[in-house]
Amino acid sequence: MDLEIQARIKELSEKHGAENLVIILGGAEAEASGLACETVTNGDPTFAGPLAGVQLGLLCYHIFEPEVKDLIDPVVYDEQVSMMEMVLDVEEIIAEVSQYRNQYCQFL
Amino acid sequence: MTLPVVKGASYILVQAPSTLFQYGSTQTQTRQKDPNAEYLKQIPGHLRSFEACVGYAPNQAYIGNLLPDELGNIAEPWYDNPVADASRFGAQGEIMPEDEFLGLVKMYDSFDLVKLTQEFTELVKAKLKIHPIFKDKDLKALSEGVEFNEIDELVNKHVADGLYFEHKLIGCVKQAHDTDPNLNAHVMLENSMTKASGILALLNLGRLGYDITDIEYVIEASEEACGDVNQRGGGNFAKAMAEGAGCVNASGCDVRSFCAAPAHALINAASLVKAGVYQKVAVIAGGAVAKLGMNGKDHIAKGVPLLEDCLGAFAILITANDGESPIIRTDLVGRHTVGTGSSPQAVITSLVTDPLDRGNLKITDIDRYSVEMQNPEITKPAGAGNVPEANYKMIAALGVKRGDLERAEIMNFVEKHGMPGYAPTQGHIPSGVPFIGPALKLMKAGQIQRAMIIGKGSLFLGRMTNLFDGTSFVMERNAGIIEEAAAGQDDTALKTMVADAMRQLAEILLKED
Repeated sequence: MDLEIQARIKELSEKHGAENLVIILGGAEAEASGLACETVTNGDPTFAGPLAGVQLGLLCYHIFEPEVKDLIDPVVYDEQVSMMEMVLDVEEIIAEVSQYRNQYCQFL
Repeated sequence: MTLPVVKGASYILVQAPSTLFQYGSTQTQTRQKDPNAEYLKQIPGHLRSFEACVGYAPNQAYIGNLLPDELGNIAEPWYDNPVADASRFGAQGEIMPEDEFLGLVKMYDSFDLVKLTQEFTELVKAKLKIHPIFKDKDLKALSEGVEFNEIDELVNKHVADGLYFEHKLIGCVKQAHDTDPNLNAHVMLENSMTKASGILALLNLGRLGYDITDIEYVIEASEEACGDVNQRGGGNFAKAMAEGAGCVNASGCDVRSFCAAPAHALINAASLVKAGVYQKVAVIAGGAVAKLGMNGKDHIAKGVPLLEDCLGAFAILITANDGESPIIRTDLVGRHTVGTGSSPQAVITSLVTDPLDRGNLKITDIDRYSVEMQNPEITKPAGAGNVPEANYKMIAALGVKRGDLERAEIMNFVEKHGMPGYAPTQGHIPSGVPFIGPALKLMKAGQIQRAMIIGKGSLFLGRMTNLFDGTSFVMERNAGIIEEAAAGQDDTALKTMVADAMRQLAEILLKED
């Protein structure tokens, strides 16, 4: 995950409280999405950014996951996201992201 | 009004492993943090030889010795399965080794900023002497070289950045100003290499039989900026490259839009030709030093050789209609507007289906889509997936949403209308343009009718806007009709008709009198 984005997430969680933050991912690939989820829950596994060793334990979902998808107006979802459901490996992405969420999220 | 055609194309790779090690941004940033980083120590063991670089199938495809489709017949990983009869010279370009290229950087140095040692100069002179492009008079610019100590001193005083071959210091690029950050040694080194690789692309158009001395305008579309403290991106790489290549009748300008710039530049060039402003315009771009070894950490971690060891460059010649070369359909241009939005669906609609709808064409009427043609062997280990394949799936998925395709046909569409990625991850280099050369060949042979060239750019990286960018155009097989002649005939016929009518009227009037 981009170092600047890590810094912004850290700052936002300090300002609003980690329990009040939800991270929505839009990554196109399972491994990268999983890595992003790991970063905002268990800390930056590459130890390169501001979240290295920082376990924020944030709630984190990919936009494809039903917990998030069901909250979105279906017309908007169809316009903005549905095409990509045909393109990307939805199941693999969800499996990867939920694995890290279930393991490290502190607000489930 | 003439139709603009793609007359010729040349594609260049410069293998630059020592430059990768010294100046690729991943390496410089790592070195800044920790000069003894383990990653830096591992690099030399993961670099490949020039022969391996030449034999690498995607590189052979890039310089026109293989068609992109032929990559499908070569076992993966391609880096373990070299092409048997590979040549550094291609039907549409060449692969240059680092020593010869450093010679070029010196040859095209306008401000005496580049120094090479006497020993290295001699070696390079001998190699360039047998290169098909360079003549003895060109090689004079290499001069005799300087003492090693002079170079060593400049580098140690931090007023020059070293040039290395096989990891030995053999030269340097001096700073062009003592306080101006835009003219420091590193910027001068990057810009000199962008310039030299762009010149090589132009010169290769000449080697391939196109007269480059009558090019009237050059548009340069790389991602670098040349200028000084008062005008950081003042430009004009285009004119500097045209000068180096001997295009004495050319003027030019630079066009920038991150990776989308080449597609923008080609639309600009085609429009200039169509409007009759110029008859012959070249769109060119040099390579990006910073991107050498960009994903090196991932490659080494996954046991992949450092495949991002090449600078990429290209030159595409756009001329007035010759009745045989493929036409650029300026009426079928797609563009991502400020109001388009950033969802993939909106982007693909603006770039693909909007222009097709204008021409009453279906998604399947385009034989081949040239998208971001990054080599998947480079991007997959770095977690970016197979970029061209993802693009083809997006086009197909939009086709499903529009009812042009059945959902089950997505992978068939990818197979039939796509192709494997084969371009180096040099940003603007893989963006749509790599297939223009192969399309020229295939359309002239009547094997395909239409291709769509799509360029996309990440404008947000410049932090001036959150917007994304993209533009596209359709390239079409020439029907063999040259409009100017046709228009001339139409005019004559019209004039004859008017004259006949006037004559008849005069006769009637005379009779009435």
